[in-house]
Amino acid sequence: MSLKVALFGITRDIVGTSIIELPAPAPTNVGELLAEMRKQYPALGELRSCAVAVNNEYASADTPLHTVDEIALIPPVAGG
Amino acid sequence: MTPTLSITDQPIDIAAALAAVQTDAAGAVNSFIGTVRNQSGGRPVRRLHYESYDSMALTQLNHVVAQAYEKWPMLQEVAVVHRKGTLELGDVAVVVAVATPHRAESFAACQFIIDTLKQVVTIWKREEYEDGTEWVAAHP
Repeated sequence: MSLKVALFGITRDIVGTSIIELPAPAPTNVGELLAEMRKQYPALGELRSCAVAVNNEYASADTPLHTVDEIALIPPVAGG
Repeated sequence: MTPTLSITDQPIDIAAALAAVQTDAAGAVNSFIGTVRNQSGGRPVRRLHYESYDSMALTQLNHVVAQAYEKWPMLQEVAVVHRKGTLELGDVAVVVAVATPHRAESFAACQFIIDTLKQVVTIWKREEYEDGTEWVAAHP
């Protein structure tokens, strides 16, 4: 199972692309995904925060991930 | 009672946002208008670049407004319009408008919506200075 992860704002700048595809065996939950991304891109660990969204909702570390899910890294938001 | 929520790359029509919350059941319309300021922490800002994860931003905005309706059951109409793309100094970045029967709840609900929007809605802001750019709030 592979995963596609959408990147926005500073996470896109850090990774250098707006969508990254993680090949199989991909992380199975949000916590594993964050750990893997931080391992590959240590600058992600320097952010004030980095959440993961699954299907447009903020997801906790134990949320499972599936190929069909819409997954995104969410760096600190700054609307308004 | 269906809120008017949108994220647009076009200039925000403030009058249209206010008109969207007009209702004869309200004696108060309260609005917040966020505009582009010329400095940030003393550093001159030339313009702002907003980026949005639209589908999630609208989902989260719907949650924020639903929370406002729970906290203030008398809340009548709500409109939130957020701009994205490149904004120049003085441009309108966001408009929040609410209509309630009386004024006290209108101030409270409007403030709650803009404050919570800034915490959860997936919009990012990059400030442009004379010598570079920076994503706002990205680093501790």
